[in-house]
Amino acid sequence: MITSYRMHTLLRRRILQAVPTLWLVATATFFLLRLAPGGPFDEEKPIAPEVKAQIEAHYGLDKPLYLQYFRFLGNLLQGDLGPSYKYPGWDVQEIITQAFPASFELGCWALLVALILGIPAGILAAALHRSRLESAIMAFATAGICLPSFVVGPILILALCLYLDWFNPLGWAFPADRILPAFTLGFLYAAYIARLARVGMLDVLKEEYIRTASAKGLRQRTVLLRHALRSALYPVIAYLGPAVAGLVSGSFVVETIFFIPGMGPFFVNGALNRDYPVVMGTVLFYAVLILIFNLIADVIQMWMQPKTRYD
Amino acid sequence: MTKQSREKAARFASSPGLRAWRRLCANRMAQIGSGIFIVIVFLCFLGPLFITHSQETQNLAYGAQAPSLKHWLGTDNLGRDLLVRILAGGRISIGVGFAATIVALVVGVTYGSLAGYAGGRTENVMMRLVDAVYALPFTMVVIVLTVTFDQKSIFLIFMAIGLVEWLTMARIIRGQTRILRKHTYIEAARVNGASHTRILFCHILPNLAGAIIVYTTLTIPAVILLESIISFLGLGVQPPKASWGTLIHEGAQKIDDSPWLLVFPSIFFSLTIFSLNFLGDGLRDSLDPKENTN
Repeated sequence: MITSYRMHTLLRRRILQAVPTLWLVATATFFLLRLAPGGPFDEEKPIAPEVKAQIEAHYGLDKPLYLQYFRFLGNLLQGDLGPSYKYPGWDVQEIITQAFPASFELGCWALLVALILGIPAGILAAALHRSRLESAIMAFATAGICLPSFVVGPILILALCLYLDWFNPLGWAFPADRILPAFTLGFLYAAYIARLARVGMLDVLKEEYIRTASAKGLRQRTVLLRHALRSALYPVIAYLGPAVAGLVSGSFVVETIFFIPGMGPFFVNGALNRDYPVVMGTVLFYAVLILIFNLIADVIQMWMQPKTRYD
Repeated sequence: MTKQSREKAARFASSPGLRAWRRLCANRMAQIGSGIFIVIVFLCFLGPLFITHSQETQNLAYGAQAPSLKHWLGTDNLGRDLLVRILAGGRISIGVGFAATIVALVVGVTYGSLAGYAGGRTENVMMRLVDAVYALPFTMVVIVLTVTFDQKSIFLIFMAIGLVEWLTMARIIRGQTRILRKHTYIEAARVNGASHTRILFCHILPNLAGAIIVYTTLTIPAVILLESIISFLGLGVQPPKASWGTLIHEGAQKIDDSPWLLVFPSIFFSLTIFSLNFLGDGLRDSLDPKENTN
C-alpha cells in the first residue's frame, strides 16, 4: 500500500519536473542555433537571392524570430519536429524512425555487455578482496575508464578484423557485426559497473546480517548471491540513468567507427550543415529518452530498496 | 638549528596540508601518474625544439612510411613526421584541457558557491537550471554549442567545453558550501559583522581548496576526452591544426596500410588520460581521507 503510494508520488513528481526541463532544453537549443551566424541555405556557391528568399519563406525562416519560436513550440506540442533542410522531402520524425532502431539496438547490446562483464567482475573482486585477482580486475577496469571508444574500436578492428580476420570490420548486416561495436561501446560502462559493484559489495559485506549469515555456516557463495547481492547492486542501478545518457552520445562515435546506419551520422551532419530541425529534433528526442530511462532506473531502485527517500 | 633538530621538527611538523602531501607521496600510482604527465607535457612543449622535422612540411616522396631512424614514429600519407604532429597535437589537446578547465573552474566555483551560500529558493532555482542541462549528454551540448559559435577556432572550442564542464564543478562546490555554511565559525564571522562577500571569499572558499584541487585535476582529462570526441567526429579542431582526437581519427581511417598512425597517437593520448586520472584519484585520497572511494 505504502509502496504504491510512494511510487505514485515519485511518478507524479518526475513527470512534473520533466515538462519544464524539456521546455528549457527546447528553448535553449532553438535560440542557440538561431544565434549562429549564417543560415542553412548559405551555400559555398551562393544561390540567387530570390530563390533563397523563396526557400526561406517556404520553411518560415523569413518571419520574425519570436513567431518562428512559437510556431516551433506549437508544432512540437503536436509531435511535429519539422522537415529536414538538407534531406529534402524528409521529416525529422521519419529520419528518427529510420535511423534510431540501429542506435537503440547497439545501445541495448552495449548495456548488456556492460552488465554481463561488469557485475560478475565487481562481485568477484569484492569476494576475493586483497587478492592478486582483485588487483588484476581493477587494473583492467581502470584501463577501461581511460581508453575511450575511439581508441578501443579502431584497435579492435586492427587486431581482430585485419590481422586475425575474425569479424567484418564494418557494417551492420549480420548478427556477428553487433559483437565488436557492442563491446567497444560497453567496455567503458563495464569498467564503471565493475567498480561500483565492487564498492557496493564491500560495503554490504561489512553489515551485521552478513556476519550472521556466515556464522550460521552458510557457504560463501550463498551469502554473496542470496544475501548480499541485492543491496550490493544498489549503486549499479543508481548509475544506470547516467549510463544510458552516456551510451547515447557514445553510440555516435561508435557508429562513425563501424559505419553503422544509426542516428550518429544524421546528428553530426546536421550539426555540420546547420540542419536546425534535425539537430533540435535529435536533442529533444534524446532528452525525452534519457528522462524516461532515469525514471525507469528510479522505479527499479525503489522496488529494490523501498526505504530510499526521494526529494 | 642543527640538522638533527630540523629533522625532528620536520617529522613532527603537522599541518593538514603537510599530512596530505605525505599521503600523496606515499601513493605510488599518483606519483607514477604525475611523473608520466610531467614528461608528456615537457615533450609536447619543448620536444619540437629539438626535432629538425617541421609539422607542416609535406614531402610526398616520403609519404606513409613506417617508423624508421629518420622518422621515429613514421610519417603520414602527406609525408609529415608523425612524432612532431603528435607533440604539436598534444600541445593543443593539453592546452584546451587546461584552458577549458579554467573556464569551468571560474564559472563553476562562482555559481556553485553562490547557490550553496544563498540557500533557499535561489539555490533551488539555480540548481534546477543545472539539472536541466545535466539531463543531456555533454557531447550533444558541446556539439550544439560548436554549431552556435560556428567558426571552428580553438578558442571557441574550449569555451564551449568549459561551458559544459562547469556543471559538475558547480554541483560539487554547492554541496560542499552547504555543509560549510552551517559551521559555527561562519556564524561567528557573521556575528562579527562580516559582509557576505567577505564570508564567501575569506571563510568559505579557502576551505573548499581541497575539493577544488581534486576536481580540477579530474576535469582536465574529462575535457581532453571531450575535445577528442568532438575532433574525432570532425566538429572540433580543423586542419591544418590537429589535436590528438584528429590524429586518432586520421589513423583510424588508415589502419589497413599504416597502423602506426593509429597506434602512436592512441598511446600518447591514453597515457595522458591514465596519468591524470591516477593523479586525481591520489589527490582525492590524500586531501580527503574520509572520502576514500576504494
